[in-house]
Amino acid sequence: MQLGILINEGPYTHQASDTAFLFARTAIEKGHTVPRVFFYHDGVNNSTRLATPPQDDRNVSARWSKLAAEHGVDLVVCVAAAQRRGITDDVLAPGYRISGLGQLVEMGIQYDRLVTFGD
Amino acid sequence: MSEMDEMDDGSGIVKKFMFLNRKAPHGTVYALEGLEVVLITAAFDQDVSMVFTDDGVYQLVKGVDTKGIEVKDFSKTYRALDGYDIEKLYVDQKSMDARGLTEEDLIVDVTVLSAGEMANLMAEQDIVISF
Repeated sequence: MQLGILINEGPYTHQASDTAFLFARTAIEKGHTVPRVFFYHDGVNNSTRLATPPQDDRNVSARWSKLAAEHGVDLVVCVAAAQRRGITDDVLAPGYRISGLGQLVEMGIQYDRLVTFGD
Repeated sequence: MSEMDEMDDGSGIVKKFMFLNRKAPHGTVYALEGLEVVLITAAFDQDVSMVFTDDGVYQLVKGVDTKGIEVKDFSKTYRALDGYDIEKLYVDQKSMDARGLTEEDLIVDVTVLSAGEMANLMAEQDIVISF
């Protein structure tokens, strides 16, 4: 099954991005595909490479980057939401790109399921 | 906004998208940014429904004035929705009752649904996005 993922909350304050990551990783392990993850609202804050969490904690943006590199997941950050929050191409971690909301709608149209993570 | 122009993903597929608005218009950004997704979805010629439930019913109340909190008042956008062919607007009866609201308090024409009717409508959808 092709699964699209929408993440609406930022890292660390909310569990949404963590749960989405575990869901995506498990789905891929089970033989599903996750062609794209879309980051919206404060979810765009997951994409920064400038975060330096303590070494004994998970690195939320980096583990998405790793999953993207290993499984070809397209990490798309909403441009309008990103501009409001100071997320630009300069601060993106590897594997992320900034694009429009049309990419979110496309996931709904083209994939088997769209799964939302957030409040 | 160029994104608002007519769009097409090339597939010609039309799915039923429901946007579930659960939050008050101000206090958090969900209502405002949620509206942006609704408009883009309509630009893709998809079958769009909007549901207002819980504090989300406050998004539609008349007489919103945001001067005091110095944020943008986007309530006029709801009245412009029919210009984007978004005409399926539903509100949850219990959420209205709990807040002392009636249809006369709202800025747009809506269909008021019971919880059971709402459940049936949700079951018909391909995609439900909750903000």
